[in-house]
Amino acid sequence: MIEVPLHEVAHGRAGDKGNRLNISIIPYHADAMPSLAGQLTESRVLEKFRHRGATAVRRYDLPRLSAFNFVIDDVLEGGVNTALNLDGHGKTLSFFLLSMSVCVDRAFLVPGSAWARGDGC
Amino acid sequence: MAAGKFLIGNGAGFSGDRVDAALPVVRTLIARGLPSALFFEVLGERTVALAQLAYQKDNNAGYEPMLERLLSPVLELCLEHRIPIIGNFGGANPSGAARCISDLAKELGLKSPCIGIVEGDDVRGLDLQQYPVFEADAGIDTFGGEIIAANAYLDAQPIAQALTSGADIVVTGRTGDPSLALAPLIWHFGWSQHDWDRLASGSVAGHLLECGAQLAGGVFFDPGYKDIPDPANIGFPIAEVDADGSLLVTKADGTGGRVSVASVKEQLLYEVHDPACYITPDVTIDMTNIKLTQEAPNRVRVSDVRGRPRPEQLKVTISHDGGWLGEGEVSVAGPNCRARAMAMADTLRERLKIRQLPVRSRIDLIGLGAVHDNDAGDLTREHSAADPLEIRVRIAAAGSRQEDVDQAAREALAMLCCGPAGTGGARWSTSRRVATRSCLVPRDDVPARAVLLEDIT
Repeated sequence: MIEVPLHEVAHGRAGDKGNRLNISIIPYHADAMPSLAGQLTESRVLEKFRHRGATAVRRYDLPRLSAFNFVIDDVLEGGVNTALNLDGHGKTLSFFLLSMSVCVDRAFLVPGSAWARGDGC
Repeated sequence: MAAGKFLIGNGAGFSGDRVDAALPVVRTLIARGLPSALFFEVLGERTVALAQLAYQKDNNAGYEPMLERLLSPVLELCLEHRIPIIGNFGGANPSGAARCISDLAKELGLKSPCIGIVEGDDVRGLDLQQYPVFEADAGIDTFGGEIIAANAYLDAQPIAQALTSGADIVVTGRTGDPSLALAPLIWHFGWSQHDWDRLASGSVAGHLLECGAQLAGGVFFDPGYKDIPDPANIGFPIAEVDADGSLLVTKADGTGGRVSVASVKEQLLYEVHDPACYITPDVTIDMTNIKLTQEAPNRVRVSDVRGRPRPEQLKVTISHDGGWLGEGEVSVAGPNCRARAMAMADTLRERLKIRQLPVRSRIDLIGLGAVHDNDAGDLTREHSAADPLEIRVRIAAAGSRQEDVDQAAREALAMLCCGPAGTGGARWSTSRRVATRSCLVPRDDVPARAVLLEDIT
């Protein structure tokens, strides 16, 4: 097991609707789904976005696609029409979630990851 | 029912997209020798309101400003090969856009095309207070202020009617984005309005294609993690659809980018909330059983799309005056730039207090976490990164009057003489904002229809 940023294990994309954001999180290895499901809890993701005023997180699991879809409420500081943030759509926030730490089996790292020889957790 | 495949190509995914993207798509459609259509999605949620403001100033404006640049490379080929073009270039003025296309055809020496116009999305005539609010921007006085625009997301049916009437090109205003791609499938295959699985499949095709390059590597590539070839020439997407709704997605021949299971997954879930219940004006889509299979390089099969009945109501987006945004930026660079940028940020906050401008404001240190941060700058303060080579300091201010936000933005400009050492490169601007909310309106209250340009001129 190794502690790495989620970016070493999964990819994803953010999309906005009003003041609500969705972020897909897609593991490079489908077998990582159960381990990530235990760590990417709604409460942990809500805590990650607390500084942005997020009020609720809902996670939808898609086992057939090997993907998660997170829906985060009130995280866009009013949404693109109201926010003062340069990225009013919140498009870059997928990479904020991908910066979260997770503990995973080395076999689940993206091929060629520089973290493969790192310390355990 | 027509047999064989029908191809749908996408030529643009937003207003501001690459104007040279559609030509390789059209060349590919022609090379395949199958019946096909091309669509452009260029109308963002706020764009209609901004187009309405442009139309109020000039009755010959209010439609997609890049319309001629988008269509001139492909118009002749599409007309010659009977590839219908569908686009929501109409904005607040679909008939103006239709006349613009007619004039463009004349300029190019082409025979006059048959242009269909979808009308009825503009619902400012309705008493909108009677409908329940669906979503609203935070802090919006829901029923206050003048309504700039109110537009319903129309379904695919009026576009399909225009195609049945012989339109070579169909111009719409607000319509469901996936409906732009579903419409030619309904027209070609004669799908019934209640054939939910097929309508869902065609709508997923539209959903996957409507953001252009995003299917083939745009908003995707991440060097060392998700590499794609030739990102300067990402191919725009094409869907191959059978009469039974079978769907395969690919991209234009001879282009960059890559259509992979990973890229299709990201786009499938883009802007989706509950994947079991993705609502369009035409159908409710269940994505939870969808299976993706890489059949060949750049060819991904999308199977097991399920549909349920469409919603009884249409979503209407209502836009109000949202005041003004002012932005000013200036750079600090070199040794100790982090401390100088922090000092400038504190000075800007102090200046806004001294000036007593009636604005809501925020200071960013671009390069130290601006876009992920909140208005208070908490992340940037907590983060103790090493001194970068340079930092760009930004002030953003929102208020009801242009003059106030302009004065706030100019505080960044004043830093050229009043700020810390090593400061340069100021820019400032103001822009108008719109605030939106949406409500749900019964379909019967939104009588949409298709007309032909030749019948109204």
